[in-house]
Amino acid sequence: MSLFKFHGGVHPPEHKLKSTAAPIRSVTMPLRLVLPLRQHVGNVAKLMVAVGDHVLKGQLLAAPDGMISAAVHAPTSGTIAAIEERLIPHASGLPDLCITLNADGEDRWGDHQPLDYQAQEKSAVLDALRLAGVVGLGGATFPSHVKLRADDAHPVLTLIINGAECEPYITCDDLLMRERALEIVRGIEIMQYLLGAKHAIIGIEDNKPEAAAAMRLACSQNSISITVATVPTLYPGGGAKQLIKVLTGLEVPSGKLPTTIGVQCFNVATAYTVHRFIDHGEPVISRVVTVTGRVAQPGNYEVPLGMEIFDLVQAAGGTADDSNGLVMGGPMMGFNLPSGHVPVVKGTNCIIASAPALFAPQPPAMPCIRCARCAEVCPVNLQPQELYWFARADNFEKARSYDLFDCIECGCCSYVCPSRIPLVQYYRYAKSEILASDKARQAANVARERNELRLARIAREKEERAAKHAERAVGARAEAGGDAKQAAIAAAMARAEAQKAEIVPQNVTDLSPLVATEIKAIDARRGKVDDRD
Amino acid sequence: MNQAPYISASPSVTSIMLRVLLALVPGIAAYVWVYGSGVLVSLALASITALGSEAILLHFRQRPLMPFLMDGSALLTAWLLALALPPLAPWWLVVVGTLFAIVIAKQLYGGLGYNPFNPAMVGYAVLLISFPAIMTQWPVPLALAHAQLGFLDQLHFIFTQALPGGVTLDAISSATPLDYLKTQLKLQHSVGDILHAPVFGALGGRGFEVVAGAYLLGGLYLLQQRIISWHIPTAFLLTLAVLAAGSHLADPAQHAGAAFHLFSGASMLCAFFIATDPVSGPTTPRGKLLFATGVALLTWLIRSYGGYPDGVAFAVLLMNICVPLIDAATQPRVFGHE
Repeated sequence: MSLFKFHGGVHPPEHKLKSTAAPIRSVTMPLRLVLPLRQHVGNVAKLMVAVGDHVLKGQLLAAPDGMISAAVHAPTSGTIAAIEERLIPHASGLPDLCITLNADGEDRWGDHQPLDYQAQEKSAVLDALRLAGVVGLGGATFPSHVKLRADDAHPVLTLIINGAECEPYITCDDLLMRERALEIVRGIEIMQYLLGAKHAIIGIEDNKPEAAAAMRLACSQNSISITVATVPTLYPGGGAKQLIKVLTGLEVPSGKLPTTIGVQCFNVATAYTVHRFIDHGEPVISRVVTVTGRVAQPGNYEVPLGMEIFDLVQAAGGTADDSNGLVMGGPMMGFNLPSGHVPVVKGTNCIIASAPALFAPQPPAMPCIRCARCAEVCPVNLQPQELYWFARADNFEKARSYDLFDCIECGCCSYVCPSRIPLVQYYRYAKSEILASDKARQAANVARERNELRLARIAREKEERAAKHAERAVGARAEAGGDAKQAAIAAAMARAEAQKAEIVPQNVTDLSPLVATEIKAIDARRGKVDDRD
Repeated sequence: MNQAPYISASPSVTSIMLRVLLALVPGIAAYVWVYGSGVLVSLALASITALGSEAILLHFRQRPLMPFLMDGSALLTAWLLALALPPLAPWWLVVVGTLFAIVIAKQLYGGLGYNPFNPAMVGYAVLLISFPAIMTQWPVPLALAHAQLGFLDQLHFIFTQALPGGVTLDAISSATPLDYLKTQLKLQHSVGDILHAPVFGALGGRGFEVVAGAYLLGGLYLLQQRIISWHIPTAFLLTLAVLAAGSHLADPAQHAGAAFHLFSGASMLCAFFIATDPVSGPTTPRGKLLFATGVALLTWLIRSYGGYPDGVAFAVLLMNICVPLIDAATQPRVFGHE
């Protein structure tokens, strides 16, 4: 098939070989697991257990709260020891609510069975997937059931399966494709059925020939139409929008979802978890994690969610003496873990034991010399040097008008910057400042609208009272006189009254629940006042 | 604590500047071969002045000394200015020009990365306006000279303006080929006749063309090293060639051809070393094309119709003014946008 190109991109050294030598290894079930209630994008899951409860492997611990949310399950059987704020693997270094599960050592499964997905309504299957905790395992951890819902307005023609794995060091998808190709293809088949997609394309970078061969073999054994496409190794070719462009030539419009161009994209590991749930009834309770860098036995490990990263690194033989920290994710987009004592979560694709020899200390930044190397490599074709000026000068509106929010924070710009400017950090700062000011402006708008509503209501009620008084006066006169002219006036006033009642004050549609309840409360109070007079 | 990306792949600012300096070495060697080693004195004077004044200004501006002195940018400005001046220019001319370039055009605007104008060209323009006679008095290439000056003679001349006994100023200096052409055209001579004069070589000025060829060589090295992109040299040289060739075809008696314009004056230096200054130039690919086309157009216009024999410095400075506009007008289409 013909492939397309995206602008820019870089070729960092891959460092993948050291973690692909051995097959995926399993780890001993830890005695204690820590499961954050939010391991996904969206609302925090609702707690379904209490401290002291005994739970079985695969049991629902926290249910999705709302549409964009995902469930959390017990990776093994045991007792809920605590529900408390704990440090989680997040760049912010802030704690979040977590369930601590003490394993009982029996690893006993709860009730679970395969789902005959073709015998049910698709919506029922999606609901089941929602309860299975299936999220995008490529790193974004967006709840998959939302993306798998077929939408008649934007039918999905092409299902794209992302096996590009463009970040250096990370090889968990590579190994998964090599070893579990049939299972991945089965997951793709289910996804394709749910979306009603005509065909599926698996995109794999050409530095993974073994994975591509395994996937080709698996596809040939399956009846549905899946194309395996090897794409040039070019970071960030595994970004969803970049991969879609390379495989289809189509660009996802800015601010829109891929479905607007008839495409939906999932990671290979996500397809695998869909298969595990549909065909085995197993929710997402483990994942493959690459442990590499300065560890004794770099490789890929099948890890129960909630295992402490320190323990995982120990399972990989421990860190070398010169190691000075742990990075979660790859060297281009990863972040420093606040501590090794944080759990593996659904988004943990890679742990790198860093060392000065691996990641040299960053020298102080020099001024930008406008060489535009950053613009040459930007996969979104932004002008990073301009965005940097605007962010530095707190000129946020200008930054927004230069499409700051199209930045995918891939790090290509910083990677090539001769002045070693931490450009991505500037963009993150500008984005968060803009979002905060938008939020403040929105709050001010709500307050203003509320005040306008109140004034409109006061005016309306004044008119209504006046009309009521007039009506009474007319009624009294009609009783006294009762002539035809008076009756006509009364009829006209009644019509006017009816018309007035139909007038709906502006801005009362689309009220937030908070505002709506407040209005109701005010109306109730005012009703009482009116009753008095 | 490091932040992502944890890895880095580009040469540092210092390494970029050093490679540009390295790319100038063939041109300097050719200069020495054609005009003698006096140019090395100019280079040394300019370098010392640049580093000294940069250090003093950094001190007053309370900026760290070493990272900025070592970045190579002051040295590059000094070299470009020294190479643009007449090779036997008096010492104070070099010093004044360099001081102006570094102190006014660079440091007072905020130092590295903040100067809107090309510092070397600001220095050059100030000298050209203030001292036009000295600035257009070039030595005769050694091969043509009636009297030969050794290194010590040249050194002595640079500092004292005194010549050894028996040698007159006319014997060692003359107008540049561009200047000569301009003067002769005013005297109603045709280009064809003028180019037979001994100051002209096969392509441009005799001697000058060798230096220009050496700059071209250095420029190709910069392209190969990806220090500069193809846009500016290509657009500049192509525009200049098309304008020269077109006007020469239309009126051969009044306009010199493409080869003469490309290999005379500062054309090659401008194409690869001056117009390509990233700080004072545009950043978008289309902007670079536009900018270089403008520089070439202005250069040709000034050479053909203006009051100065060469127009590179003014052309670059005038186009520097347009850079913010060019950048804003040539923003490329962002991914996912119409």
